[in-house]
Amino acid sequence: MLKGRAFKFGDSISTDHIIPGRYAYLRSNLPELAKHVMEDADPDFAAKVNKGDFIVGGSNFGLGSSREHAPLVIKMAGVSAILAKSVARIFFRNAINLGLPVLICDTDGIADGDELEVDLAKGTVYDKTKGEKLTFSRLPKVMLDILAKGGLVPYIQKYGDFKL
Amino acid sequence: MGKTLAEKILSLKSGCDARAGDIVIAQVDLAFAQDTTGPLTVRQFQAGNFERLANPQKTVLFFDHAAPSPNRELANDHRFMRQFARETGCLISDVGGGVCHQLVAESLAKPGDVIVGADSHTVTAGALGAFATGMGSSDVAIVFALGKTWFRVPDSIKISVSGELRRGVMAKDLVLQLIGAIGADGATYKALEFGGEGLRNLKISDRLTVANMAVEAGAKVGLFPADRVTRGYLNHQKRGEDYQPLAADNDAGYESQININLNALEPTVAKPHQVDNTAPARELKGTKIDQVFIGTCTNGRLEDIATAAEILKGKKRHPRTRFIVAPASPQVLLDAISAGYIQILVEAGAAIMPPGCAACLGLHQGVLASGEACLSTANRNFKGRMGSPEAFIYLGSPATAAATVITGEITDPREVM
Repeated sequence: MLKGRAFKFGDSISTDHIIPGRYAYLRSNLPELAKHVMEDADPDFAAKVNKGDFIVGGSNFGLGSSREHAPLVIKMAGVSAILAKSVARIFFRNAINLGLPVLICDTDGIADGDELEVDLAKGTVYDKTKGEKLTFSRLPKVMLDILAKGGLVPYIQKYGDFKL
Repeated sequence: MGKTLAEKILSLKSGCDARAGDIVIAQVDLAFAQDTTGPLTVRQFQAGNFERLANPQKTVLFFDHAAPSPNRELANDHRFMRQFARETGCLISDVGGGVCHQLVAESLAKPGDVIVGADSHTVTAGALGAFATGMGSSDVAIVFALGKTWFRVPDSIKISVSGELRRGVMAKDLVLQLIGAIGADGATYKALEFGGEGLRNLKISDRLTVANMAVEAGAKVGLFPADRVTRGYLNHQKRGEDYQPLAADNDAGYESQININLNALEPTVAKPHQVDNTAPARELKGTKIDQVFIGTCTNGRLEDIATAAEILKGKKRHPRTRFIVAPASPQVLLDAISAGYIQILVEAGAAIMPPGCAACLGLHQGVLASGEACLSTANRNFKGRMGSPEAFIYLGSPATAAATVITGEITDPREVM
């Protein structure tokens, strides 16, 4: 069970909101890069977020660049999962490949600061603040297996190949 | 039922009867990364303790996003990538070599290929009939090691094109209007497949612009059939042997169809801060522009520079407006010099950058200050992309960009042609 507070963002949060291209020079210095997580969407996010918290987006979360540093700095900030109405495809794969769960559900009812509990096995989100329960779409088996191994590199190290 | 282009290519490369919705493992013909995604790709490859590349001659590291290196940190990343290339025998395209997607189109991509790159605009090679898509560093590192990856076979949206582009209207206007109509998530996880009799009027340079921006509608690929136009381009590139005809079946199953009449299009601009926030260029008259940038994998080709030179011949840039041009490859630069286009652009006040991504992503060669506005021929206008998050990026065609250079404000190119 994952527990934490919701940080609510709007629609179309791009990879440039999450970690702007102008910080590309820090991509081999991850602790410094991670200080700028979500900077162009909420400059105070890095200071406010606590381990276990959730990023809650609207539609088309993570659109834009293929930079895997976007889900990487979110994971480094301690975020336990991303919830959104829809997620851009490269960001989706990148997050799963790093072992960061991405849950597709109707996030309209979740407000900034709500306390959430996520049960990955049952596929449910409980909004404690609102007293409401949501269900999220199941991932394809290959993505569940990658997530279960903690990411793509450990998954391939374990199996030596893709297992469908 | 017949197959879409995506189903055909993924069937061939997976050895399965691939249908939309299936998950398949496909052999990859070309895998690459560039200098902002490459270091993490290399680190993930090393984290997996892989000893060798599956196909060193089909693995490329490109230096284009910040090349020549603008600072110590990126210089160190470049050195790290060069060392990996020496150790593994992969190919590299070093400083001045040009934009990865342009080089893939000029020299590497073939109809029917599966191409994976650690760059979202890898979709560009769809113009040549390649199933080409962007992935992150971990996915590409695994392709480097195994020579294959998994795909969900996408549903396809058919874009049926008729007519021909009118004077002053370019392929950029086609794709901006398409994205404006379907939205920045209008094709998420899907293939955009182009067809119709109007395709014969779209050159490979036009198709590269359109396929390049398929990802701005969320698409996994933007696919064109391989036809006479494709054959002509590959012959011109002295790669005639790489041609094979490729077309979707007549009874292929499409999720939906969109019809576009090229004759009905007009110069179009995407306003800040989203690509689907489009408007006719004429409606933005009076919007003052501090910098015009012509270049990138979207519009840094010879045809784009030729269009700009035609409009700017004998003209000068507006004193308020800086003008930056970056040819997408050495071939483009040399051809543009031979044709006299570079002379025209320099006389008009252009600063010519080396072949590469230049100002596109805010790392060097034209970073924007707070409050400034740029008209760029690139593919993204997200907040903060070109430097300050308080800057404003407008996207348009090379014709619109050149017209804007003259007037210093967003201008429909038909007004100055």
